[in-house]
Amino acid sequence: MSGALEAVDRAVFAEWLQRIGDNVLILGHRVSEWCGHGPALEEDIALSNQALDLIGQCQLWLGLAAEVEGKGRTADALAFLRDAGAFRNLLLVERPNGDFGQTLMRQFLFDAFHIELLRALKASSDPRVAEIAAKAEKEVAYHLERSADLVVRLGDGTTESHARMQKALDLLFPYTGEMFADDATDRAMAEAGIAVLPSSLKAGWDRTIADVLAEATLTHPGEVWQHGVKGTGGKTGVHSEYLGFILAEMQFLQRAYPGASW
Amino acid sequence: MSSEWPLWEIFIRGQHGLNHRHVGSLHAPDAEMAIRNARDVYTRRNEGVSIWVVPSNSISASSPSDKGPLFEPANSKVYRHPTFFDIPEEIGHM
Repeated sequence: MSGALEAVDRAVFAEWLQRIGDNVLILGHRVSEWCGHGPALEEDIALSNQALDLIGQCQLWLGLAAEVEGKGRTADALAFLRDAGAFRNLLLVERPNGDFGQTLMRQFLFDAFHIELLRALKASSDPRVAEIAAKAEKEVAYHLERSADLVVRLGDGTTESHARMQKALDLLFPYTGEMFADDATDRAMAEAGIAVLPSSLKAGWDRTIADVLAEATLTHPGEVWQHGVKGTGGKTGVHSEYLGFILAEMQFLQRAYPGASW
Repeated sequence: MSSEWPLWEIFIRGQHGLNHRHVGSLHAPDAEMAIRNARDVYTRRNEGVSIWVVPSNSISASSPSDKGPLFEPANSKVYRHPTFFDIPEEIGHM
């Protein structure tokens, strides 16, 4: 424990942990918005399970972030008492749910990245990071299996479902570049051996995306202009207007009734 | 939407060595998705180690109106239960 802590500045380590924790927290909240609105009972339950998986992972990552930070905060304090500018999630995960196809495409694009990240983190020099990654990897392997399968079914489905999936892909693809943009925090973490450079995950992600899109008969958008890759994206706290609305709903209770518990 | 999908009967094996038990039914477009849906609907509280799915329309059932002729004759035949044997003490509980 002390070895990894000494290898990198505490603030940098905590910042990096918040990036992962915030990704799964915000995506988990987005997916939970489907609860009771799924297109079929079976889908509704599957989406709710997935939201709970992600929120559960967030508790582990933000719990470790609070511990590393060492300022006496908890995972709950990080989730419910930070303002939008202090969140470090990718812009992709705060995109609106849209129709079911859009939710599913966002999930697939993120799952394909998430699995690469967790597989790499299993070899982290910090055993706490490696342990959380190993636990989350099993859940995320199922998320990817499921989202990839549905992207193929709906992409290679009816004319209507194909058109919706292509539209969702074109809409969301400009938010995927941010996942692989390295910055000073990423480099410090990679040098300490705790993490890997995000750019090193791109080749694996590219393969998954190309294979699944081909099977789904969807057209790969290719090299397109990307949001948030010049150091002014969600990873540095520069968010879209959507995050404020998400936090207003997610944090309402703790803001209105500070310290409320049940 | 779900009404267009066929119905599947779901069987879950709780532990290695036990039988698959019928736990309920759900809708899915094919067997592969029926297994995925069953995983999400019926094993979220750690209930299972194996899932079987069977199209509901593949199950042939006895008719409730035949209950009398089918099952009642067995009521009065206690001699069909192996309860009339003396078990030697050294065998113990069987």
